[in-house]
Amino acid sequence: MALRRQIRVGSQWMYADEAHKALREALRVMEDEKSGEHGGHHLPWIRRYVFSTDHKWIGLQYGFTALLFLLLGFCLMILMRLQLGWPGTAFNVMKVLGESRAPGGVLLPEAYNQLGAMHGTIMIFLGIVPLAVGAFGNYLVPLQIGAPDMAFPKLNMISYWCYAPGGLIMLASFLAPGGTAQSGWTSYPPLSVIASQGQTWWLVGMVFLITSSLLGSVNFIVTIVQLRAKGLSYMRFPFFVHAQFVTSFLLLLAFPPLEAAAVLQLMDRVAGTSFFLPSGLVVSGQALTNAGGGNPLLWQHLFWFLAHPEVYVLILPAMGIVAEIIANGTRKPLWGYKSMVFATVFLGFMSFVVWAHHMFLTGMGTTISAFFQTTTMIISIPSVIILSSLFISLWGGSIRFTTPMLFALAFLPMFGIGGLTGLPLGLAAADIHLHDTYYVIGHFHYVVAPGTIFAMFGGIYYWFPKATGRKLNDFWGRVHFWISFVCINGIFFPMFAQGLAGVSRRLYDGGAQYAHAKQIAAQTNPFMSICAIGLLVAQVPFIINFFYNAIAAALGHRDEKLGSNPWEATTMEWAATTSPPLAHGNFEVMPVVHRGPYEYNVPGEAAEFIPQHMPTAPEPAPRGGTLLPSTAVAMREN
Amino acid sequence: MDAHASVGHAELEIPYNVHPRPDTGVYNAKLGIWLFLASEVMLFGALFSSLILLRTGADSWPRGYEMLNVPLATFNTFILIVSSVTVVMAWSQLRLGNLKWGRIYISATILCALIFLVNKGFEYGHEFREHNFPKTNNFFAIYFTLTGLHGLHIIGGVIVFLYFLGPGAKMWAHDPERYTNRIEVVGLYWHFVDLVWIFLFPVLYLM
Repeated sequence: MALRRQIRVGSQWMYADEAHKALREALRVMEDEKSGEHGGHHLPWIRRYVFSTDHKWIGLQYGFTALLFLLLGFCLMILMRLQLGWPGTAFNVMKVLGESRAPGGVLLPEAYNQLGAMHGTIMIFLGIVPLAVGAFGNYLVPLQIGAPDMAFPKLNMISYWCYAPGGLIMLASFLAPGGTAQSGWTSYPPLSVIASQGQTWWLVGMVFLITSSLLGSVNFIVTIVQLRAKGLSYMRFPFFVHAQFVTSFLLLLAFPPLEAAAVLQLMDRVAGTSFFLPSGLVVSGQALTNAGGGNPLLWQHLFWFLAHPEVYVLILPAMGIVAEIIANGTRKPLWGYKSMVFATVFLGFMSFVVWAHHMFLTGMGTTISAFFQTTTMIISIPSVIILSSLFISLWGGSIRFTTPMLFALAFLPMFGIGGLTGLPLGLAAADIHLHDTYYVIGHFHYVVAPGTIFAMFGGIYYWFPKATGRKLNDFWGRVHFWISFVCINGIFFPMFAQGLAGVSRRLYDGGAQYAHAKQIAAQTNPFMSICAIGLLVAQVPFIINFFYNAIAAALGHRDEKLGSNPWEATTMEWAATTSPPLAHGNFEVMPVVHRGPYEYNVPGEAAEFIPQHMPTAPEPAPRGGTLLPSTAVAMREN
Repeated sequence: MDAHASVGHAELEIPYNVHPRPDTGVYNAKLGIWLFLASEVMLFGALFSSLILLRTGADSWPRGYEMLNVPLATFNTFILIVSSVTVVMAWSQLRLGNLKWGRIYISATILCALIFLVNKGFEYGHEFREHNFPKTNNFFAIYFTLTGLHGLHIIGGVIVFLYFLGPGAKMWAHDPERYTNRIEVVGLYWHFVDLVWIFLFPVLYLM
């Protein structure tokens, strides 16, 4: 029998094999702690993964669900683009919609309307808002303000569990008799009131989604006001936090009027009232028996009172993400941080008084149009301030062209195009020609698709290492970016030409049967549809990249070399936590803030960047290294 | 603060959950309920605006006092105002450390709410017998929608009060301050629901 070697551990002598065993056990415990099975609180998996109250996990739940909905909304659009590019052609893929919607693979006009209505609804209410606010906001805001969690963790969970059933009801409405909602995402009455049953489901789904965002927005505001770390005054917030703060106020105050409108429309559809049905309405040659006396414009006012602030709900978090990435990627503070913050707040206020610029052609009167035209021109100023500040921030920076930075840089001109093409729409006279044409579609898609969605992609590439401890593959990230960038412009830029030529939106055949639209439709629509398919293909490397790394991380394969701060960032989610942050309370030691959010290359300091919570500038750390406050380091050694 | 503060327990200690944050002067739930009420103002504000738009756009609009039972609604107004007083009394008794009287006043509040709902039921029943339904005309449509939504808020309040009267009161034993805060927060909500009625009553019944 071999001799058992003894070694000294601390002040004790131990057998080497026993010491080895003990070390392995210690490593396992540490690994458990890292993966969230924190010493002592072994939550059942249903409370850890399904009904979790941890803001990080809820953020990931929101993120996964929203990305699935984005893909679904995009697939609906692919079907529509096939029809628009080659009207009346039979496609095998169209058969997934069933015989009743696409007999023999040829899409029916009613089904086209259903796809259009649900594309808009899914993209806005189930895709982008939950991704921008539910996922990014939930995950990052508590980390960036140095809070252990959201102020109301249970409310946060309920918020997700209102969103998920809301989404399921929307999906289930495809199975309703007569199909799903088909009155556009705007659901204008009287059409929506007399539409088939799917519209009722749509309204019920909306009530769930509104409840979800209401709970979420209360939670965000309270968290930001109450739980910010010691020393974190408002002007030391990362810009992303400001963006989420204003967004939450918009959600809080703009959504209830839509809830009121949804209740009124539900009453119209279920209880037979006539809030939105005027007297003497004749449908398919039959006079309606309703009492009448209602006002269809009332719906439009209530709807756009939500839906214009909603536009800023879609864009502000994206601007926040882009600002974070640009400050980090240029290695210098944001230019004009203060004016960006005040512009954001002003934008929030103004967004409540511009809604009727969507209604210039409803005959509401020139005086009202003049008022809303003026406010619309005023609200473009803060957007320009924010965008210009981001552009000027690039000046003199030593830019690191990482994948997230590519998406952030692309956001700037894309949102610029989207914003500037909005000005003619905000002028009542120019809007007479452009209203309800493809120009409008091109305008708001430039804001939301290569604008917001690119920012979201940038955000995913940027914060993926924080959530998983792994980086997404850079080469495939670039492939994803460049193909997407080319294709997405190929889809949306021709829309401006179509719209100026007078092609109306929501045409089943893309204008092929109208003399004035026929030529340009034939010239552009097939090309745009091919670009849409190209855009779909470009998402494949992203999806594989995302799931490969997410699954690897879930199985415990972390990239140890990466460190917790791979981008060498200054904000607290990177600098004061591990990757991923502790499941329980985020921080090992609650951080105290000593400086502004973007202290990169401060003149006179030796360190290239100084994290917000550092009392004094640290010694330059090795690239990718962790910078923890000295107290935290001491805690760890204990 | 309590055992939950130490790492290793399932419940996470959220700062300023019970005590006010010094620089904002409020605890989390109080700010939360004020924000929630702000959104409720927008909800009822939108409905009142709809009423104004429909009424100003209509050729003729019935007078509320000719169609509805004003004395009963006046009594209901009085009942709700009383319940607003009792809910404040409940809170102040709890602040004084008197759970017994706190619960008596909570029960009184619930009783007021139930009287209100029963009266409302009589009113609805009367309208239905007269063949006045939401679909009859836009006056009754907005009447049923607004009072119905307000009634749902009353029912929600009753459920929350019942919870705090029964199982929720266990919190008093280990965290009386937090329990008192909860009554304050639901009290704020209750005042708002009363306030909505104070607007509903003249707009629907008297004009």
